[in-house]
Amino acid sequence: MAVFYILLLFILIAAIIAVETENLLGAVICIGAIGFGASLMFLFLRAPDIAITQIVVEVLGLIILIRACISRELTFISGPREFFGVVVSVVIIFAIFLAGVKVLETLPAFGTPIFAEAPEAASQTYIEEGLEKTGAANLVASVILDFRAYDTLGEVTVLFTSIIGATVILRKKTKKLLEEPDI
Amino acid sequence: MPYALCFLLFVIGLYCAVVKKNMVKIVIGIMIMEYAVNLFLIMLGYRIGGIAPIIDKGALKPGTEQLTAAFLNTSVDPLPQALVLTAIVISLGSLALMISICIRTYERYGTFDITKIRRLRG
Amino acid sequence: MKGMTIIVKTISSWVKVLIFLFGIYIILFGHLTPGGGFAGGVILASSYVLLMLAFGREFAEKNLSLPVASKLDCAGAFAFAVIAILGLVLGGSFFVNFLYQKYLPGQALNLISAGTIPLLNIAIGLKVAASLFLVILTLSIFKPDISANKKEQN
Repeated sequence: MAVFYILLLFILIAAIIAVETENLLGAVICIGAIGFGASLMFLFLRAPDIAITQIVVEVLGLIILIRACISRELTFISGPREFFGVVVSVVIIFAIFLAGVKVLETLPAFGTPIFAEAPEAASQTYIEEGLEKTGAANLVASVILDFRAYDTLGEVTVLFTSIIGATVILRKKTKKLLEEPDI
Repeated sequence: MPYALCFLLFVIGLYCAVVKKNMVKIVIGIMIMEYAVNLFLIMLGYRIGGIAPIIDKGALKPGTEQLTAAFLNTSVDPLPQALVLTAIVISLGSLALMISICIRTYERYGTFDITKIRRLRG
Repeated sequence: MKGMTIIVKTISSWVKVLIFLFGIYIILFGHLTPGGGFAGGVILASSYVLLMLAFGREFAEKNLSLPVASKLDCAGAFAFAVIAILGLVLGGSFFVNFLYQKYLPGQALNLISAGTIPLLNIAIGLKVAASLFLVILTLSIFKPDISANKKEQN
């Protein structure tokens, strides 16, 4: 249990540095540190699939973020800071945090999953009958590809659409299209 | 207590996405919020002293294909892991879309500052 | 984008083959060990990104160009939909695991088991790998046109 607190403290310090620093490249490197700490945390929380996926997605995300920050003349953000807007936002966010902590106390304590308290939960069926109904030894794969395959279909659609959107936005308009006469 | 620290990480990301003026900082705030949500979902399914939900030879009774009672009593929840697996890959796709919008806006206006991007011409 | 020095080029030409093989292993054994289609697809994409970073963008474009990558992407999504519709035709309802329940049960804990789950893993892995390589190649081709905008403002 002490491992969780140490890793969470590391992640929080990296997040505070990423938010407050003015150097964009430093903020991107702190995002890499947060992702690495999250992957270690997934490993200690007994989720090996998620740890593998998180660390490789982290590496590709860093490459995409660095592409946006590097080799640009970074104009310094100057001008008068709106003091009133910042103070109101901080007060409202602090109120949200206090309300959220109060709600989180109604959950079962950390360490007892929900299906240990409610015996009719869906996860109990997935664990007991997963092997004989689907034949897969990896229970997480049997959940995402057999019991809940619609969610995977939706995920493939969202990934497809967002990649099409990113490719269309970055297309170069040739000059010929802008000079066509109207018929 | 770990739930509260995870919610603190989410609130730090929310502060960064709302208050900052640099467009890349807003994208970084959204990514911090996504990490916090994934971490919270996996923490919901943890059991103290649990094992990963993967069946190998040691979890089956010898000779048959039935699960031992030890596996049924100590495995962690596989359902939040299935939800988070797709969420992590979707966050990479949406990051690509956000960064392509930022690069296009920088080419058009010459700056990353959102208070200077006011003209709504086409 | 230019390539890197000769030390990086030599080492990465050996390492990228190992990364590609490891990605295929994670996809194929997704129903027995941790991993699955998503993690394996991202690992395959990152082997091509290593090729692009070490050797320059033109070399990687000759290896796997933009139209080929987008056709592979569509092929992966199409294969996913075809397996789902075959479940409707041959089984009872959409997305049913028809190979496990009717034709080919197989033995648990072997490579050939669990019906359509390995086939779906391969389709998802192909789609995710082609998509992510396509978007990173497009991001590196894009060169901002600052002079055209300055002329518009004046």
